[in-house]
Amino acid sequence: MKSNVSIASASLNRKANFAAKKKLALKRFNEGKYLLLLFLPCLVYYIIFRYLPMYGIIISFKDYNLFRGVFASKWVGLKYYRMFVNNPDSFEIIRNTFLLGVYKLFWGFPAPIMFALVLNEVRNIKFKRVVQTISYLPHFMSTVVVVGMLLQFLSPRSGFINRIIMSLGGDMINFMSDPGWFRTVYIASGIWRSVGWSAIIYLAALTSIDTSLYEAAIIDGANKFRQIWHVTLPGIANTIITLFILDTGNVLDIGFEKVFLMYNPAIYETADVIGTYVYRVGLVQGNFSYATAIGLSKSLVSLVIVAAANYLARKFSDTSIW
Amino acid sequence: MRTSKFGYIFTILKIGFLLFIVVITLYPFLNMIAVSLSKDIYILRNQIGIIPKGLNFNTYKTVLKDTRILKSYYNTIVYVVLGTSIALSVTAAAAFALSSPKLPFRKGFTLMIVFTMFFGGGMIPTYLVVKSLKMIDTIWAVIIPGSISTWNIILMRSFFSAIPKELGESARMDGLKDIGVFWYIILPLSKAALSTIGLFYAVGYWNSFMGPFIYLTKPDKYPLQVILRQIVIANEYIGDVTGISGDTLIIPEALKFATIVVSTLPIICVYPFLQKHFVKGIMLGAVKG
Repeated sequence: MKSNVSIASASLNRKANFAAKKKLALKRFNEGKYLLLLFLPCLVYYIIFRYLPMYGIIISFKDYNLFRGVFASKWVGLKYYRMFVNNPDSFEIIRNTFLLGVYKLFWGFPAPIMFALVLNEVRNIKFKRVVQTISYLPHFMSTVVVVGMLLQFLSPRSGFINRIIMSLGGDMINFMSDPGWFRTVYIASGIWRSVGWSAIIYLAALTSIDTSLYEAAIIDGANKFRQIWHVTLPGIANTIITLFILDTGNVLDIGFEKVFLMYNPAIYETADVIGTYVYRVGLVQGNFSYATAIGLSKSLVSLVIVAAANYLARKFSDTSIW
Repeated sequence: MRTSKFGYIFTILKIGFLLFIVVITLYPFLNMIAVSLSKDIYILRNQIGIIPKGLNFNTYKTVLKDTRILKSYYNTIVYVVLGTSIALSVTAAAAFALSSPKLPFRKGFTLMIVFTMFFGGGMIPTYLVVKSLKMIDTIWAVIIPGSISTWNIILMRSFFSAIPKELGESARMDGLKDIGVFWYIILPLSKAALSTIGLFYAVGYWNSFMGPFIYLTKPDKYPLQVILRQIVIANEYIGDVTGISGDTLIIPEALKFATIVVSTLPIICVYPFLQKHFVKGIMLGAVKG
């Protein structure tokens, strides 16, 4: 009896609670309805162009047929994933993607840090600003322009790079049709394009370092290199770690665009990456399901990598991105 | 003194390093401009450094006479203006909503947009969505699918969050609704942020290649970058290249360079003035994390 009462009162309580919650939610909604209205276009955009494609991933488990559409196409389970694993091309494109990503991280990540550190040591503001402005220029060039310039400057006959090599007594190098050179050209031109721009974030972090730390270091007899090692680098360590996590997460994100513009069948063995392969299989040959399966495999591995990098960073330092 | 000698070497090293960066950054551009302005004979002899030899504008005349380039130039300007307006409006409205704690599902929405930075459907499913919306070969396929950048929303949100809350509150007392606060109070205060993000978008549209390349099949809608690829990378020369224009030969190399210069001129001209805003925008993102 007693328990019945308590149950009844509890349920009453719950009802009242629910009603109160509902009222509160309604009130909150009422207060925020104009904000929701402002957010609406963005919401619609993300649902249609970001989340609908994620839903479209299910075609990688189906035999997608253009006329039947996503729904009516037949389920085939892991057929296309098996196909990818058994495809002799797969190893090559995975290796190429991975190596390009790792080399990009290895060479490209420290470059802007170094540039920012050196720039930070410049006392002449005007000189600093001019150097900085110039260093941004390549960032604003489109990929088509950068690759177009590369093709010209690396051209065996007319390019100035080969002119320099030959005037130094070297042999002419056919950079763009030699598979051995593709990675170097890709990475170097990438650094050329982004070093100035990527340094901005470090320069911003450098301005927040307390100058009294330098004074203390000087009093302790630290020279320039020791100051950089003991004051400057620890001062921007958090920024470095955060960006390193983000860049590590992007290690497989060797975009379609630049490789597509740079490569040709003669250098597929080092240049063909997952992005370009997906493009050829999907949009050129029309095998949508297979291409989606390959793309998804890559995205999932990327997600795991960024999560792992974040986990490690959180474990070994105080910095993480989530 | 030990330190001063050390400091001297250090200064030489750092200036040398920076000059090296300046030279490798600028030389390709100066060489490109010089070649595009030089006379055929000097180009063929590979004699051009950073100063044009035998000043010659015929290459540019050929480029500017090419209807493909002119048409695509026009297309690009339309895409940039329309795309930037749409993307900037949506970004600003969304960022304002996300910056207010009163937005229902605020955390959920933030998570929803941030997640797309780490995972996406990929090229093919996105293509199929665009296709099923019947956007292929329309201007909308160029403008809409890649328009909103999560990064820009976050950047702008942190800018709005830095505006003192009291400004909005007092306006609300005076009877303004959220949209009114956004329009009359926040936007006029945010001109710097708006121009920064707007320029990000504009440069993005100007330079975008992949979207138009995948979604457009009709050459009359092609933007500059697609045409540029045809001419500069795929070697589909403009006009009659081997022909003689006046008394000078048109050299393919010079022609390509001239095309690049023409297509990047707007950006080269404005970026030194704009970079201040750009840098501010990036710094903002850096400080706020």
